[in-house]
Amino acid sequence: MDFLRPASWEEALAAKAAHPTAVPIAGGTDVMVEINFDHRRPEYLLDLNRIGDLYEWEVGEDSVRLGASVPYTRIMENLRAELPGLALASHTVASPQIRNRGGVGGNLGTASPAGDAHPALLASGAEVEVESAERGTRLIPIDEFYKGVKRNALQPDELIRAVHVKKADGPQQFSKVGTRNAMVIAVCAFGLALHPETRTVRTGIGSAAPTPVRAKAAEEFLNAALEEGGFWDNGKIITPSVAKQFADLCSAACNPIDDVRGTASYRRHAVGVMARRTLTWTWESYRGARRTTEGAA
Amino acid sequence: MRVNFTVNGRPQEADDVWEGESLLYVLRERLGLPGSKNACEQGECGSCTVRLDGVPVCSCLVAAGQVEGREVVTVEGLADYAKQRAEHGGCASGACGTSLQDAQQWAAKGQDSQTGEGTELSPIQQAFIDAGAVQCGFCTPGLLVAADEMLERNPNPTDADIREALSGNLCRCTGYEKIMDAVRLAAARQSEGV
Ligand SMILES: Cc1cc2nc3c(=O)[nH]c(=O)nc-3n(C[C@H](O)[C@H](O)[C@H](O)COP(=O)(O)OP(=O)(O)OC[C@H]3O[C@@H](n4cnc5c(N)ncnc54)[C@H](O)[C@@H]3O)c2cc1C
Repeated sequence: MDFLRPASWEEALAAKAAHPTAVPIAGGTDVMVEINFDHRRPEYLLDLNRIGDLYEWEVGEDSVRLGASVPYTRIMENLRAELPGLALASHTVASPQIRNRGGVGGNLGTASPAGDAHPALLASGAEVEVESAERGTRLIPIDEFYKGVKRNALQPDELIRAVHVKKADGPQQFSKVGTRNAMVIAVCAFGLALHPETRTVRTGIGSAAPTPVRAKAAEEFLNAALEEGGFWDNGKIITPSVAKQFADLCSAACNPIDDVRGTASYRRHAVGVMARRTLTWTWESYRGARRTTEGAA
Repeated sequence: MRVNFTVNGRPQEADDVWEGESLLYVLRERLGLPGSKNACEQGECGSCTVRLDGVPVCSCLVAAGQVEGREVVTVEGLADYAKQRAEHGGCASGACGTSLQDAQQWAAKGQDSQTGEGTELSPIQQAFIDAGAVQCGFCTPGLLVAADEMLERNPNPTDADIREALSGNLCRCTGYEKIMDAVRLAAARQSEGV
């Protein structure tokens, strides 16, 4: 095994181009487990820890450009206002020790259906910025990033530079089912973001299909129902039948399996429950925000 | 490969390191510092917790090559680390720290509450002894490192803060209540300046 230690982003891209089989290692919280258990013996490890750019983030007009290696702890501490869904999801990852090392770049690199960042990224809307020495930069929409169980859209010579996550324009929630509050891989997870500016709702489902997915039919149904009932304007409580239909459509968007963590039917059921709850929480907070702005006016 | 890094305030060099090796392995097998425990090797148990540039991490999940030029504090250096922090707000590199030999011979003798005899421990270590928070002791080093870091950041933790800070450290003897007591005790003593 060789240990490649690029000092800059350009050097890292050059190393990845020269050795496309090299396995990048950032926080190591996925890679080192595989090495410790002899599940993986890469020819080259490509250490990304010395590349300072990957640990920085920029808050722009519409989105946050989040460096690939920014640890979950930093996201929780610094980006709760801009990226509430991702900050909530980050807080549910493992333990402080793991959150101090692991980040969204590694979560995307692994592309596990159970990765907690994915539902939040799908719900808020995001693009993955990847780069290669030969072809330069491209932005991959998050909906096109997940290709299969632990497979993503990266080419062998590409590295993830950053994720551009849309800044929240409304309430966001993240919910996860597991046996404990800490150190738990999701049995299933759900992310929801209200986007009052476009009067749309977006979702993300984790650990209930071969890849993280959006519940698109559920989104379309809810968008239409909210529009028809004038809910965005009148701020009324969402009708229980609408919430129920939304939850059922979210369950229907799942394509889960039975495994040690849970059965397929439990996952489908739990995703529906989380969909209904997160809809209630976010809608209540949208109504609350409306009341305060109207009260102030 | 060779790895140069700072351990407990002193520069160290590890030779013949395999590229896929963990920091934990280097500490235990190459530097002779068995304080950080090797249990799950997958980041679940926290018994290998050390500080890497001040931040608590599972040393089993850090590749040895990633620590080149960086600073690591292990449980063996915790007493000195806490002392320097209390007296000078930190350690100016090289001036303090725990030598490899001292670290290798380190033993938790503690101070006898009656006679005052024994080695000086960090406040969190003394609190673990006083509160009876050690059973088999395997999880203790990781808990000490994690708890000490929390008290540095958050001198007046709520129970929820303590639980969250220690949520990455498992005690298979399930002695969590005494561990909570120990951290509360250390926090109380810290705020009284004892
Ligand atoms: C005990 C434990 C508990 C965990 N609990 C959770 C949990 O609750 N939720 C959760 O989502 N995850 C969990 N994980 C998994 C892991 O912590 C996350 O997936 C984390 O986001 C990985 O980030 P990392 O920086 O450590 O990745 P690494 O291990 O360094 O890398 C992961 C993968 O991404 C690739 N990669 C990393 N950076 C880049 C880059 N810039 N460009 C291209 N490829 C890259 C690597 O080659 C590798 O394939 C847990 C892990 C452990 C050990």
